Amino acid sequence: MERDALRNRLRPAQFKPALRWETGLVVVVIAIVIFGNAVSPQFLTSNNFFNLGLTTGEIAIMALPMALIIISGEIDLSVESMLGMSSALLGVLYLHKLPILLIFLIVAVVGALGGLLNGLLVTRVGLPSLAVTIGTLALYRGIALILLGPRTVANFPTTYTNVGIEAIPHTDLPWSIGIFIVLAVIFAIVLHATPFGRSVYAMGDNAEAASFAGIRVKRIKTSLFVISGLASALAGVLWTFRLNTAVQDNGTGLSLDVVAIVLLAGVSIFGGKGSIAGVFLAVLAFAGLQNALLLTNFNQEATGLVTGGLLLVSVFVPNAAMFVRYLRGVVSRSAPRPPEPALSMPRKDT
Amino acid sequence: MTATLAPAREPGSPSPASSRRLAERVFRIREFGIVAVLIVFVAVTAAIQPRFLNSSNIQFVLVDATIYALLALGETLVVITRNVDLSVGSVLGISAYACAKLANQAHGVPLPLVFLAGLGIGLGFGVINGLMVALGRVPSLVVTLATLYIIRGIDVLVVSGGQVVPSSYYPSFLSLSKATVLGIPDLAIAVAVLVALGWYALRTFRSGRELYAIGSNPDAARLAGIPMGKRVFTAFAISGAIAGVAGVLWASRYGTVDSTAGTSYELQVVAAVVVGGVAIFGGSGSVVGAAIGALLLQTINSALYVLGVSPNWDQAIAGFLLILAIVLDRIISVQLTASLRRRSARRGT
Amino acid sequence: MSDGEAEVNEAADDGAGGDEGAPVLALEHVSKSFGAVKAVIDGVIELRGGEAHALIGENGAGKSTMVKMLAGVHRPDGGRFLSNGEPVVLDGPAAAIDAGIAIIYQEPTLFPDLSVAENIFMGRQPLRPGRRIDAKAMTSEADAMFARLGVRIDPGRIARGLSIADQQLVEIAKALSLNARVIVMDEPTAALSAVEVARLFDVIRALRADGAAVLFISHRLEEVFEICQTVTVMRDGRHVLTAPITELSAAELVRAMVGREMPERVPGEKREPGEVRLKVERLTREGVFTDVSFEVRAGEIVALSGLVGAGRSEVARAIFGIDRYDAGGVTAGGRKLRKASPTSAMTAGIGFVPEDRRQQGLVMEMSIQQNVALASLNALRRAGIIRASAERRFASDWAVRLSVKYGQLTDPVSMLSGGNQQKVVLAKWLGRQPSILIVDEPTRGIDVATKADVHNLLDRLAAEGIAILMISSELPEVLRLADRILVMREGRLTAEFTQAEASEEDIMAAATGQLEAQAR
Repeated sequence: MERDALRNRLRPAQFKPALRWETGLVVVVIAIVIFGNAVSPQFLTSNNFFNLGLTTGEIAIMALPMALIIISGEIDLSVESMLGMSSALLGVLYLHKLPILLIFLIVAVVGALGGLLNGLLVTRVGLPSLAVTIGTLALYRGIALILLGPRTVANFPTTYTNVGIEAIPHTDLPWSIGIFIVLAVIFAIVLHATPFGRSVYAMGDNAEAASFAGIRVKRIKTSLFVISGLASALAGVLWTFRLNTAVQDNGTGLSLDVVAIVLLAGVSIFGGKGSIAGVFLAVLAFAGLQNALLLTNFNQEATGLVTGGLLLVSVFVPNAAMFVRYLRGVVSRSAPRPPEPALSMPRKDT
Repeated sequence: MTATLAPAREPGSPSPASSRRLAERVFRIREFGIVAVLIVFVAVTAAIQPRFLNSSNIQFVLVDATIYALLALGETLVVITRNVDLSVGSVLGISAYACAKLANQAHGVPLPLVFLAGLGIGLGFGVINGLMVALGRVPSLVVTLATLYIIRGIDVLVVSGGQVVPSSYYPSFLSLSKATVLGIPDLAIAVAVLVALGWYALRTFRSGRELYAIGSNPDAARLAGIPMGKRVFTAFAISGAIAGVAGVLWASRYGTVDSTAGTSYELQVVAAVVVGGVAIFGGSGSVVGAAIGALLLQTINSALYVLGVSPNWDQAIAGFLLILAIVLDRIISVQLTASLRRRSARRGT
Repeated sequence: MSDGEAEVNEAADDGAGGDEGAPVLALEHVSKSFGAVKAVIDGVIELRGGEAHALIGENGAGKSTMVKMLAGVHRPDGGRFLSNGEPVVLDGPAAAIDAGIAIIYQEPTLFPDLSVAENIFMGRQPLRPGRRIDAKAMTSEADAMFARLGVRIDPGRIARGLSIADQQLVEIAKALSLNARVIVMDEPTAALSAVEVARLFDVIRALRADGAAVLFISHRLEEVFEICQTVTVMRDGRHVLTAPITELSAAELVRAMVGREMPERVPGEKREPGEVRLKVERLTREGVFTDVSFEVRAGEIVALSGLVGAGRSEVARAIFGIDRYDAGGVTAGGRKLRKASPTSAMTAGIGFVPEDRRQQGLVMEMSIQQNVALASLNALRRAGIIRASAERRFASDWAVRLSVKYGQLTDPVSMLSGGNQQKVVLAKWLGRQPSILIVDEPTRGIDVATKADVHNLLDRLAAEGIAILMISSELPEVLRLADRILVMREGRLTAEFTQAEASEEDIMAAATGQLEAQAR
């Protein structure tokens, strides 16, 4: 019992399998740094790190709530459109010369409402989040289009655009990365050390058992979608100030980047597994790789190749051990068969 | 029925015929409901703006809808098995570019070979998707999300900033999407025939029914000895091949092809399938419904345009309709389950 | 593994009524483990044509795993199958079907979106030229199957919404349509009425006459005596005995299953029930249960008995707030509970040990410690943060109190045996100091020793003044533990017995509707 307790303190159970994944990620990050340094002497410069952080901040911020949502067994593909909608709203309201703080408030409220709609459709109507958020992906982008049309809003006050392009005083960190780090710490505490976070894991593993234990699955899931909406709104504001432009197609295609990062982080698409440390490392790996490719003059629009590749690697690697066992089994005809193919997302019946 | 046997059940159970009627009615509702919506929509739009029904507008709508309907046919096969293929837009894009290159005036490849090339390219990617889902045992959402990216990335590298312009094609390639019979585009007829064949095959062949079985209850399908991996693989391969062919049509219809061809088509196609009454979690729905769903979405787009609604509204309305469709589908299925449950319960008492 | 072969073949020769020579299908010393759980250690069965062979044993004896091995779902870790004396490998359900084995599963495995006829013939639909499905032939063959079973189910309706009994009948029709040499029936009668059971037995006799081998699994010994010629008893994953049914009495069978003399029915200490803790009034969920009213007092164990599918678990779920109900109300600890709110039920002092341990009771990927603490997280936090030390103390304290056998508290709960898993579920709820405990099938699928532990625990809890509502399909358990027994049939309460006046026969009669029939 004593030894048990000691080991327990050193290594909480939920970290055990995750730790191995995160160790792997550290190796990947180091490999990318070596690769980046090899392809370009600029890679390991503080200026480059600043740029790298600048282009990654918004995605990183959205990855945090996305991690929680996927751990809880759902998915939110609408984040890029919520980002776009917030950006368009910011632009329109700015054109109408509303006080900027009021604009922030409205943008935050609309972002939260966007998330709330997702959450209610998933939890109260009982629809699959995949289908719902594909729908709102179109809907929210459509609202951005209605708000802004083909217009471009620029010339935001420099006080704010500076936040988008300048470093936090006395550091090399862009503001968006600073915000990400603060949020990551908060998310890590909430996910790993509070009843709320424990509930998120439990419902991701087995929503039925969680509700039988009195966990308010619907309420918690709804709140996760709201948080995702808020984070996307924040990302939309940062994005707009960084580029000093609000256009309706800001952030198009980002959702998949965000999902790719979260899966690369070791979060299981089936829910129940993952950690914020993993998300942090996956952000580093993702940003580093994108940046290294940029420095090699790789066609920037083709970086989807890399994102997609990472995504595949991150889902195949956990299965690799099982797969090898299976192949051996085919040879020896004695090993257990792996489970049947996991077909799409788990079904929800009520 | 075998009337010689005394019913073992207590009286009061509904006659088999009545519960059959109920089931049939519900099966029909899905397709008839959407046809009704389509008719109402066309009628209302035409009443406000008669131009909506002139033949050139109808042709445009039909050709556009044809491409989506074709993609929806393949997507339906996949969705029925409780999977999803998000890579169709990218496959269409890369096939469109390759085939546009092949249909070049200078060293023109005959049209049938162009189609074959499109089919082959699509089939290749479909096979890769299918292998990863069926053998790799990785959720199709993730696999096809990744191949969506990867295929688009390959497309970008291949195209490398270039584009194919309409003037470079030989004439028969461009006229492919313009030819009509009695005012109806040849392509629409061809795809309608394909959809009808697909509908017949899914109803009539064991392998077709097995797709439904897999989506309806994967565990039971395994126990019934259905070769799940093989069937799911085939569905992905067909979906890929169809997306490849759709690429040829796309190039012919729009002429100008660059590396963005077919971007975000996957969402439109999934929307068409879901609006057409195919359950997103498998087991029910038909390719006819999906094709009509595609037609409805295109009709709505066109109607908004004809009615002078800003195209800025298109996407919001499409998204809204998609959500509305799945909400309605959910409500219908919940009510159906409840009513079937009540019926079954009542017969015992 | 197969040294016992000769001996087994010898023993097989005195099987009753079968063909000469090798059995149609034989399992020789098969074994199967799932992680640390040894489900089957030494399984031996020989099935002969024209013979109905009973496989009996307590829950957790390994019967269902044997069935799954026969179905090709699980491959044995050791031992082998012989088909007509030839070794065969069943490496998948398709292989089992090809080998002529049909299975009727305990839990129906239907395709809810497809028609009943398609459910029966999936993968084997009758064809007409061009390899097209012959829908007409399929419907008429399905009708013929149902006629053989003497039931009327419309082959054209979709399977969604069928009652449990009808689903079971479709399963039976599916197995019959295979024209299999070996038909395995895993508790086929659990949800059937007496008339339907009689029909099924006629069918089994007809199958035997056709030379098929039937493996019949049932908890109801009288059924085994009625329909089977040979019986095999398993206990704790091992083969105990195989003998002609005529050579054994019911008491001997029970002894073989339990491995010791059944203890005399000790009515426990007489408990004095206190005030009413749980009051259920006219609870109704349309199509599921109707007008259910009862009370449970402090220090009292009330059992809810009845057939599978009678609506017992559904009532429990509605009380705890998992499901909605359409009418009626629940009062617990003096307060009216909100509909569909487990939190409200928990605040009122209710704990709920659900029927399906793996799916509802536990989060299998989480550790023992986290599962024990899952319902008490709010009590274990300081400033919003779960205190790791408090959580550990809490979990180990309850694990010790319920004598859970485990390696480390941080091991995934899936590594525990069924009985210990059940103790973890109990610990989770006892950790909340409930005043009302609902236990649904508290000893399903757990070993004999742990079962006794659980029984003693429930006795003790009642003695401490907790109000207990117990749902159990095992009548001996109900009779041993319950102060009062309520019987449900088709969604309604049909009878109530006190412990003194209850007997297995009366409860069964009330559960199957014979009681009303007699009264008429």
